[in-house]
Amino acid sequence: MNVAIIDYGAGNVRSVATALHRLGVEATTTSDAAELARADRLILPGVGHCAALIHALDAQGIRKPLVDAISRGVPFLGICLGLQALYEASDEAPDLAGLGLFKGSVTHLPANVKLPHMGWNQLRPIRTSVLLRSIAPESYFYFAHTFAAPSAGPESAAVCKHGRDFVAVLEHENIFGVQFHPEKSGAPGAKLLENFLRQAA
Amino acid sequence: MSLARRIVPCLDTDGARVVKGVHFEHLRDAGDAVELAARYNAEGADELVVLDIAASRDNRPTFLDTIRRVAAQLAIPLTAGGGIRALEDARAVVRAGADKITVNTAAVQRPELLRELSLEFGAQAVVLAIDAIREGARWTVRVHGGRMATGLDAEQWAHCGAKMGAGEILLTSMDRDGTQSGFDTELTAAISSSLSVPVIASGGAKLPRHFLDVFRDGRADAALAASIFHDNTQSIRGLKAYLRDSGVEVRLPC
Repeated sequence: MNVAIIDYGAGNVRSVATALHRLGVEATTTSDAAELARADRLILPGVGHCAALIHALDAQGIRKPLVDAISRGVPFLGICLGLQALYEASDEAPDLAGLGLFKGSVTHLPANVKLPHMGWNQLRPIRTSVLLRSIAPESYFYFAHTFAAPSAGPESAAVCKHGRDFVAVLEHENIFGVQFHPEKSGAPGAKLLENFLRQAA
Repeated sequence: MSLARRIVPCLDTDGARVVKGVHFEHLRDAGDAVELAARYNAEGADELVVLDIAASRDNRPTFLDTIRRVAAQLAIPLTAGGGIRALEDARAVVRAGADKITVNTAAVQRPELLRELSLEFGAQAVVLAIDAIREGARWTVRVHGGRMATGLDAEQWAHCGAKMGAGEILLTSMDRDGTQSGFDTELTAAISSSLSVPVIASGGAKLPRHFLDVFRDGRADAALAASIFHDNTQSIRGLKAYLRDSGVEVRLPC
């Protein structure tokens, strides 16, 4: 299996690689278009500001090979900002275009709760999920974010609530996304990554 | 179903060794950083803090190596700090595997550092550590490991720090630190209830009851402790079971 972690300089690339290593998978961390094209699993991690991710996709010429690979059916997993980037736009960087694979905008969570949404929270399933297969429904996952995608789209497989509902697990054909950090979410996080890797390309 | 309150063990390190003291002094050896990190990860800690208390230039490579080896053990978030003065120090710590950076003295000296860190790593990665001591009816901020008074009002500084880009406050009561007489719930409540970012309470933990008090009365989002976990007087698993039975939402590991 040829797993590529898209390295645009985000802080959690190393953590994701370490988590995969524990599952016995040695992933390539790369921003090289040719390497991305060769991969049969793609992971886009991301923490921090969404503008940094979107800028990097364009500055490093990753946007097109990424979208091409996804449309060829290569299983893709976006983590945190990597999920948010799948939407049309984000209020965090209103002038930049997201990948636009799903309708709607990423917005700021309501200010009536403490932000960032930081720590361990549970999910509410919307439908049967591939990523959550064999994971206890009461499991907690680690979140660290202030912006989030809408919860109502058909791509929503599970939601979480902090001030409002937002998409926590996204699944549509070969496209997967999680708002939390599976690489930092203990045993349930490891299981989720394993479930993703098991997807047939 | 809501956000769980976090239990955060802290490793004060000097090189690869974990040390502990009372009122930031009288340090003695408390174990190996990597071994303790692995144990806390398995016992259900919600995240781990590693602080370089020596924080001297000579020791820096050793500290970064400790972070790397600790990070390799963890499937939970890692916060690291101690001696971070500039963006470049923070980059080295993040590259070594830390998810969050904690700053203290340097942020008091140059608050703009918080903005720089937040722009580069995101507010969720920036933890402002505040060492607070009671002075009459309020709390003031100390720096340089608690040795130097600043006259800054702790509550105002917390608000200012959050505005500048800190995504979390690590609030240590200098009055309680090392005393094992319980967290300063009054200090924690004063700051946590008026602040828009999460607060980690620190200093004074011994009994499970202390954690319950700081979550309920202190309104802390997370609680940090060191020696009671290091010397096994309190297991994280047992503490969490107690908190759950007392009605506090915590994550119980499977």
